Amino acid sequence: MNVFSQQIATREAYGEALVALGKEDNRIVALGGDLNKSTFTHLFAKEYPDRFFDFGPAEQNIISVAAGMASMGKIPFVNTFAVFGTCRPFDQLRIAVAQTKLNVKLVCTHAGILTGEDGISAHGIEDIGLISMLPGFTIICPSDAVETKAAIRAAVKINGPVYIRLYRPPTPVINQEPYSFKVGEAKLLVEGNDATIVATGSMVPRALQAACLLAGENINCRVLNVHTIKPLDTEKILLSAQETGALVTCEEHYRYGGLSSIVAQCVTEKHPVPIEVVALEGYAESGTAEELLVKYKLTAKDICIAVKKVLKRK
Amino acid sequence: MKTSISELKEIAKKVRIDVIEMTHQVQSGHPGGSLSAVDILISLYFVMMNIDPNKPNWELRDRFILSKAHDCPGLYAVLARRGFFPVEELSSFRRLNSRLQGHSHLGTPGVEMSGGSLGQGLSAGLGMALAANLDKKNNYIYVMLGDGELNEGQIWEAAMAASHYSTDNLTAIVDRNRIQNDRFTHEVMELEPLKEKWESFGWDVRECDGHDFNDIIDQLQLAKEVNGKPSLIIANTVKGKGVSFMENNPDFHGKATNDEQYEQAMQELK
Repeated sequence: MNVFSQQIATREAYGEALVALGKEDNRIVALGGDLNKSTFTHLFAKEYPDRFFDFGPAEQNIISVAAGMASMGKIPFVNTFAVFGTCRPFDQLRIAVAQTKLNVKLVCTHAGILTGEDGISAHGIEDIGLISMLPGFTIICPSDAVETKAAIRAAVKINGPVYIRLYRPPTPVINQEPYSFKVGEAKLLVEGNDATIVATGSMVPRALQAACLLAGENINCRVLNVHTIKPLDTEKILLSAQETGALVTCEEHYRYGGLSSIVAQCVTEKHPVPIEVVALEGYAESGTAEELLVKYKLTAKDICIAVKKVLKRK
Repeated sequence: MKTSISELKEIAKKVRIDVIEMTHQVQSGHPGGSLSAVDILISLYFVMMNIDPNKPNWELRDRFILSKAHDCPGLYAVLARRGFFPVEELSSFRRLNSRLQGHSHLGTPGVEMSGGSLGQGLSAGLGMALAANLDKKNNYIYVMLGDGELNEGQIWEAAMAASHYSTDNLTAIVDRNRIQNDRFTHEVMELEPLKEKWESFGWDVRECDGHDFNDIIDQLQLAKEVNGKPSLIIANTVKGKGVSFMENNPDFHGKATNDEQYEQAMQELK
């Protein structure tokens, strides 16, 4: 199914990026919760043992510790899985990070359902919704390894809370280095005027595939890579709504509280157009990532179906 | 800072009056636990801590976190009396456009961390202690915990981690007033044997009479001299200390005085 030549896990790209940034800026510290090989933070730990702190799986403690460190001028990167980093310490993120606006970076791997066999407890499908409810957080969902590196670098330059969402398995590399990346600025990947596919994270390569398939049927879709969910690039999204007259949002997240909710809010406020949503309708189950994407309708084919549906509503 | 015991007692008298005034004026807030903590806060801000009220963001300052942030009337009054902001500002407590929020919040001069959801301050203090150690700086970190607050699981996550990292630049003080929001602590959730609990988590533990300045300061000093471990002081206190009808009375955890009670409290405190 995959037509992209190279595949790299975004979590691996993150681990390498953090090591590189750690050399440039000694304010950077990394905090882990006994998942450091999985989050690739073991690379940072090996390189800078004195700037790495493991707290075991005690996520509430980790977030508040990070806030304390940030108040002392450090740039703490908190590393764990999306389910553990957003659900368990939501209260700590609210009080000690969002309400203080402290400079804490939360980088969560194993988002979405690509975590596959581990099942619904491990599938991070509510994280964007949770974090988007916290005023002041920047939320970035990189589409590939190249964008992940750029996002990590950009996160260091933001003086405030940032959430970055990554995945476990290798995913297609769709961007090329040198890569220009600006937080809050969506990327126009494919031109087209029939409809716009608005995708984030792991859905971006699938959106590109869908656009390719649809072009074969003479349906020309615009593809927007919305790597930053918050602040949303409302300008580009509204322009696409105006110029193409229909949107399909794509995310590996629950359909409530994620990209579709945020894009729909933006569009209905300023320029209502028909929208179809490609997202999870609820919890999934154990299975291989590929099986789950098919069963839960998150493939390029499902995007094509959604585009055809939205075109009928134009 | 050199302040005599009799001067500390005078300050404590003023702060207790401030606490009753502030909560009475706005008819809300938490006087009981503010009054139990007053003498400890004064010992920290007027004796122990290396701070400069004129430079609240001075890099080398010691930090204090009020983890039981609902008892901020006492903290605000101490900060004002120490010179962090004008005493007159205390009357703005909990009012619109005030710097003195209902629960202590980062941004008020002298306040080092936001609170309002229990159990989080010790972890934040641990983060500060680790950051200071990393930079080989001498900042000393104090955290005040409520005894009811010890019901929160995060406290014990932080307790484990602080001893794991041997943060001996951290002292936590439990305001052991034996009353939490609804009832006496032993009725809600038994905490004893409290000293042994903390010792088993690897902390150096001592106790003090939380209303005896000599004892508080001696124990804070001893705690500061401990090497290789974080320190915990169980400060035995009286909730509502100084106002007869508030003392040991669970009703005044989060309730202000009415006009009659206010008059009586003022008479007793002055």
